[in-house]
Amino acid sequence: MSTLEIKDLHVSIETEQGSKEILKGVSLTINSGEIHAIMGPNGSGKSTLAATIAGHPRYEVTSGSITLDGEDVLEMEVDERAQAGLFLAMQYPVEVPGVTMTNFLRTAKTALDGEAPKIRTWTKEVKDAMEKLRIDADFANRNVNEGFSGGEKKRVEILQLELFKPKFAVLDETDSGLDIDALRVVSEGVNRAHQENNMGTLLITHYTRILNYIKPDYVHVFVDGKVAEQGGPELADELEANGYDRFLAQVSA
Amino acid sequence: MTNTPAEQVAGVEVGERRISIPGFTEEGENLAEQTNAAADHSHGGLGESKPVTSGAGSRAKRQTGFDVADFPEPTGREEEWRFTPLKKLAPVLSDTPSDPEAVDYQISATEDVTVSSLSHGTAPRNSVLQPADRAAVVASKNAAEALYIQVPADTEVAEPIRVDITGLKPGGRANSHIVLEAGTHAKAVFVLEHRGSAAFNGNVEVKVGDGASVTVISLQRWNKDAIHAGQHDAEVGKDATYKHVAVSLGGDVVRLNTNFRYAAEGAEAEMYGLYFSDSGQHIEHRTFVDHNSPRNTSNVLYKGALQGETARTVWVGDVLIRKEAEGTDSYEKNQNLILTDGARADSVPNLEIETGVIEGAGHASSTGRFDENHLFYLMARGIPEKEARQLVVRGFLNEIIQKIEVPAIEESLQEDLENELEIHRN
Repeated sequence: MSTLEIKDLHVSIETEQGSKEILKGVSLTINSGEIHAIMGPNGSGKSTLAATIAGHPRYEVTSGSITLDGEDVLEMEVDERAQAGLFLAMQYPVEVPGVTMTNFLRTAKTALDGEAPKIRTWTKEVKDAMEKLRIDADFANRNVNEGFSGGEKKRVEILQLELFKPKFAVLDETDSGLDIDALRVVSEGVNRAHQENNMGTLLITHYTRILNYIKPDYVHVFVDGKVAEQGGPELADELEANGYDRFLAQVSA
Repeated sequence: MTNTPAEQVAGVEVGERRISIPGFTEEGENLAEQTNAAADHSHGGLGESKPVTSGAGSRAKRQTGFDVADFPEPTGREEEWRFTPLKKLAPVLSDTPSDPEAVDYQISATEDVTVSSLSHGTAPRNSVLQPADRAAVVASKNAAEALYIQVPADTEVAEPIRVDITGLKPGGRANSHIVLEAGTHAKAVFVLEHRGSAAFNGNVEVKVGDGASVTVISLQRWNKDAIHAGQHDAEVGKDATYKHVAVSLGGDVVRLNTNFRYAAEGAEAEMYGLYFSDSGQHIEHRTFVDHNSPRNTSNVLYKGALQGETARTVWVGDVLIRKEAEGTDSYEKNQNLILTDGARADSVPNLEIETGVIEGAGHASSTGRFDENHLFYLMARGIPEKEARQLVVRGFLNEIIQKIEVPAIEESLQEDLENELEIHRN
């Protein structure tokens, strides 16, 4: 059993107008096997939380802490966080020139495990995982994300999630830009990783649609850089019916 | 793939239509605009936008010849010299004889290959190469004897024929002339490997017989203080194949002109280049494909990486499809990957077409940077920074390395590239 603990996290970014605080004291605890949905309107800081957990250099933690089983995550380099078992499925996966998917997946797996995967079983594992996510076999020979459609990029993120078997995954708006079939395929991948590896999941989304496929244990409503309310799955149903107005009214009041 | 409108974050396209690297547009025109306003790409050549046919700016009208007086020392304002650091290159531009102790030549070839020398005026010397700039004309004049390596007709040489050129002292002037000839239906790989320190000025001419298959690999693995100017010209025979690969990693200034033309029809000729420029290095490649006869194919691909504040590279690719060259199929491309701030790559594809009756003529250029976002993506998958950089650079340049097809050279170049990446980290 592992625990990812975020305590009173404050995060700023540098803008042309100076430093701007995006996260204003976020606290959240996720255990292995739990699915937490973070929902909130655009600009509430959801993606900032995701990028900060992964260690994107643009985001500066001004106070608070993130720990993984008591280890200080903020002290770790980006690659060390991944090696420790954290995975970020990105909202906008980057295209990497000159590096094939096959080469990339094997290099990453080797770095994560500290040893190269056994060629024969690895090749089969990749092939099977690609089939389940309905990713065409010739994607293996293409450069990472290069020329992939939005939906294809998201599938490839989930492919990595399944192959790398992280302890905790942060899914940053993985559902955005997906049609209903792709959404189902991607959700099945997340559910498999959840069941097979007892993965803890932080599911960041703007819409409730994905929650029809990935059932959260907890729902947190994010408004203006803070958790405004938390509850069980029923909170998502309420958002579906009433939107974010109730929470936004609290902020402006 | 769906065609959705571009998503933007802070004015930068981020959605699925985003190109692989900002600026990586596969279009020479865009690049030239960014890097050099004067490098207005045009089908008239040399930046002239009027539709000239073999006009004043045309590559067809470039001065060539053997009289040094026709090539005064350049000032830097000339089209073909404006990117070059002339002060640094000056030691190879003067009309100066070779220092006999400057450079050592070692030739290794199997017994079926003939090695001899050619003095001025002895054929086939000068039958292919016409000096086209100051450097080439002074090298031609001051190289009394040319090294002549001849592969007889119908001979397939099993091992690469090597010429190891080693500079023995910094600034030591060497004028060199090498004539490579492959007879009808001969097959050979020539490797010219440059190492050490020198002020080296070397011409190479390659005569590719009808139906022959010739590869010339020129490796520039000089010490940091070396200077190298060179003109490599080939004439490709009927139904022959020719491949020239230039790899420039070392040296203070390297400036190579690699060119080919055809003797008849049905030939396939290619030029590939790989370069890696560090701080303070200037690496310049100029390619010229002269489609002077019908129904030939050409392909040019140069790829370079730049790393360090003052790293500098230049690629100028000229393709001339003459009126008589009907049925030509031609393509040229240059791609650069900028790894750090402050580096500068100039890339100028020039295409002149004098006949519409061709199979194809394409050109492309792109310069992109490996940025924080690429690094973050790879590191977020557990790949350490050093390895992430290697992965990208190796992946990018591997396309050229694979063209060499001599395993020992391919392996040693992979090592060199890893060392190049190390240099910057320390």
